[in-house]
Amino acid sequence: MSPHATTTEAVAPALEVRGVSKFFPGVQALRNVDFTLRAGEVHALVGENGAGKSTFIKILPGALPKDAGIMRVFGQAYEPRSPWDALRAGISAIYQEFNLVPYLTVAENLFLGREPRRAGGLVDWRRLNAMARDVLMRLGMPLNPRAYVANLSVAGQQMVEIARALSVGARILLMDEPSAALTEHDLERLFEQVRRLRSQGVSVIYISHRLAEIFTIADRATVLRDGEVVGTRDVAGLQEMDLVRMMVGRQVETGSLAGGAPGQEPLLQVEGVSSGGMVHDCTFEVRAGEIAGIGGLVGSGRTELARAIFGAAPRTGRVVVAGKVLPPGSPRAAIRAGLGLLPEDRKLQGLLLRMLVRENITLANVGAVACYGFISARRERAAARPLIADLDIRPPETDRAVMYLSGGNQQKVVLARWLFTRSQVLILDEPTRGIDVGAKAEVHMLMRRLTDQGAALLVISSELPELLKVSDRILVMREGSIVGVLAREEATEEKVMALATGAVLP
Amino acid sequence: MQRSPKRLLTLMYSRDQSTSRTAAWLYALPNFFFRYGIVAGFVLLCLYFGTFTEEHRFVTRDNFINVANQIAINMILASGMTFVIIAAGIDLSVGAVLALCGVVGSMAMVELGRTGLSGELTAALGMAAGIGLGAVCGLFSGSLVAVPRLPAFIATLGMMMMARGLAFVVCGGRPVSPLPQAFTAIGQSPHRLVPIPVYIMTAVVFLAHLVLRHHTFGRYVYAVGGNEEAARLSGLPVRRIVISVYALSGALSGLGGMILASKLGSADPKSGLMYELDAIAAVVLGGTSLMGGRGTVLGTLIGALIIGVLNNGLSLMKVDQYWQYVLKGLVIIGAVLLDRLKRE
Repeated sequence: MSPHATTTEAVAPALEVRGVSKFFPGVQALRNVDFTLRAGEVHALVGENGAGKSTFIKILPGALPKDAGIMRVFGQAYEPRSPWDALRAGISAIYQEFNLVPYLTVAENLFLGREPRRAGGLVDWRRLNAMARDVLMRLGMPLNPRAYVANLSVAGQQMVEIARALSVGARILLMDEPSAALTEHDLERLFEQVRRLRSQGVSVIYISHRLAEIFTIADRATVLRDGEVVGTRDVAGLQEMDLVRMMVGRQVETGSLAGGAPGQEPLLQVEGVSSGGMVHDCTFEVRAGEIAGIGGLVGSGRTELARAIFGAAPRTGRVVVAGKVLPPGSPRAAIRAGLGLLPEDRKLQGLLLRMLVRENITLANVGAVACYGFISARRERAAARPLIADLDIRPPETDRAVMYLSGGNQQKVVLARWLFTRSQVLILDEPTRGIDVGAKAEVHMLMRRLTDQGAALLVISSELPELLKVSDRILVMREGSIVGVLAREEATEEKVMALATGAVLP
Repeated sequence: MQRSPKRLLTLMYSRDQSTSRTAAWLYALPNFFFRYGIVAGFVLLCLYFGTFTEEHRFVTRDNFINVANQIAINMILASGMTFVIIAAGIDLSVGAVLALCGVVGSMAMVELGRTGLSGELTAALGMAAGIGLGAVCGLFSGSLVAVPRLPAFIATLGMMMMARGLAFVVCGGRPVSPLPQAFTAIGQSPHRLVPIPVYIMTAVVFLAHLVLRHHTFGRYVYAVGGNEEAARLSGLPVRRIVISVYALSGALSGLGGMILASKLGSADPKSGLMYELDAIAAVVLGGTSLMGGRGTVLGTLIGALIIGVLNNGLSLMKVDQYWQYVLKGLVIIGAVLLDRLKRE
């Protein structure tokens, strides 16, 4: 230990991160991040989508290598090469997706791979269950060691994860959105659990989008923005709006893509739509010539709303497109009525990667280039060419497999499909995710051009600047409901974030 | 005249003339496979049998026609199987459905023959019954795959057992005969140069290729097999497409069953054992991915030809029947292994 260390700082912090950076092709995900986790504190990590939280919490337990910087755990240099190194250093991460084996019992999951053995290598079941009972008792968890994990509630499974982390000797716990799937009641129990851990000297990094939680449970909060640490504050005495301002903080992009006045005729009417517990009673309309944006945090039900409207997910409530009522559960009927969906994950949900550009463009309307069902490759090429030129798809070839195109160009191919189908109403779910800046601007221009020609667009985006730039109106969602509507003139990043996180506006 | 395939290969394919002959051969063989894939394998196989069969009996007109006749039924089943596998499914029931349809179609002919109907009409109605029943079997298993989303493996395994059982039940376990002469003439045509089953196979392959590569239905089959979610979100009638491919496979099994009955002059509930595996082998040898979304009927044709040529050539060389199985297994594994290496 350093001889200069004095009094209160004599105890080394649980975790010290200095100058950590991480590059991905085209993005700097983390830039020179400094972060200190004191022993026995609950430290919240907050930031917008894409601020670098996910990258950070993958680097800590060694799931991702860092490019620069140093880390120390209780004063010892810490260079994790694998999650195994992290475990040995006492760091354990609990992600939103649990790593449990559903058809094994709680006890088996707790001691998976390190079961107590009897002579001959057989598992000593009695000792296994006794050990599990001990661990659960010490943590105050009311779980039966013999219960199957598959039969536990989400909260119960989370407890098993926590118990396992601690039983392997974790002293630093990373919790990624632990509250995301919990009910109000379970949330209280989670808080109790976290407080109990803190009192036992465990340090917790707590990630959540919900600001209210942070004020309930955290001692300090660190805000990340665009891969950099904006600052660390004591939670006591802090206002919610201070945090929101730190999260958003950047200069607002001046560019705005206002269109002409939208028409009066509503092209898309959504009335009381609910879907699978993720979307509750959403009502709004989008008029011809209008771009309506949907803002909200990841998991707020935006994608689920889009899929419910399109018929890709079950729904209750009414959807009317250009005067036609859509039956639920039928994308086919939705497309016939003039609706198109650019899905969130273009590779998994949008494209036939092995098939050609022209085949992907005509997919939703092959009949237009076929005669008695026989497709004319010549007519198909002729149909694809103007769209490829118009959207500037590169390379401008009709007969290239889509898998060889860049992300931006792939996205344009999906757009071209709906242009070819002449859809009047388009739902674009994260239309510019993962595509470069130039292509992004092109997609934005294209969206405006479509509305100028009388289309109606519903755009989901996690990027606030994009949302503010393209939308004539922003619907903000939180926990499955539309909690606010902001017109272009009044919308600011702060207002959208406040609505999305449930912060109280001063 | 030197006919050693080693020599042929070194002359044709070695890039580096300075290497020793053996080394060049070792180098050329996998390289050749890599570049030309399964077609190359087929050509090599024919060269081998052409060279080493007694009096080069393999390379005679009659033997080629014989091979074509022998693969006809497998190729007809494999055409349907190609559709199913491209749609990311599998159909284990084709052999049993073939037996059931052969038996039922033949029984229909026996019954109709008693009413004094003309032989041609009886044959036509009986064949229609067999093919129709096959389509119904396919509709059934296809519906189970499409609607309650049973795994294709399970749905068609169940169909296989039911069809096999029913084949025995309907005829009481005894072969069905006699069949009208107008019907048996299809499979038994001693004074024809090319037997009718070969023409039927050719027509099936042609139509299957046409539909798969040039018709909207074929396009949809690739789309559903390649990315079902994208197909659904593009408004394709995914369920209808899935059911249709199984119905098609079933109908072609029915056709195969009728051809087999016609060839043998009677319908046997024990027929068609393991035919599904030959059909799947042909499809896989032809480069169709079991993951779906990729493959061609012409590839399957090459696959069926390889299996046919292996059966024929090894028999001509008097290789023991049991060893033939071992060799066929090795060829299938080797071919798909090479195909995978080539892709990586």
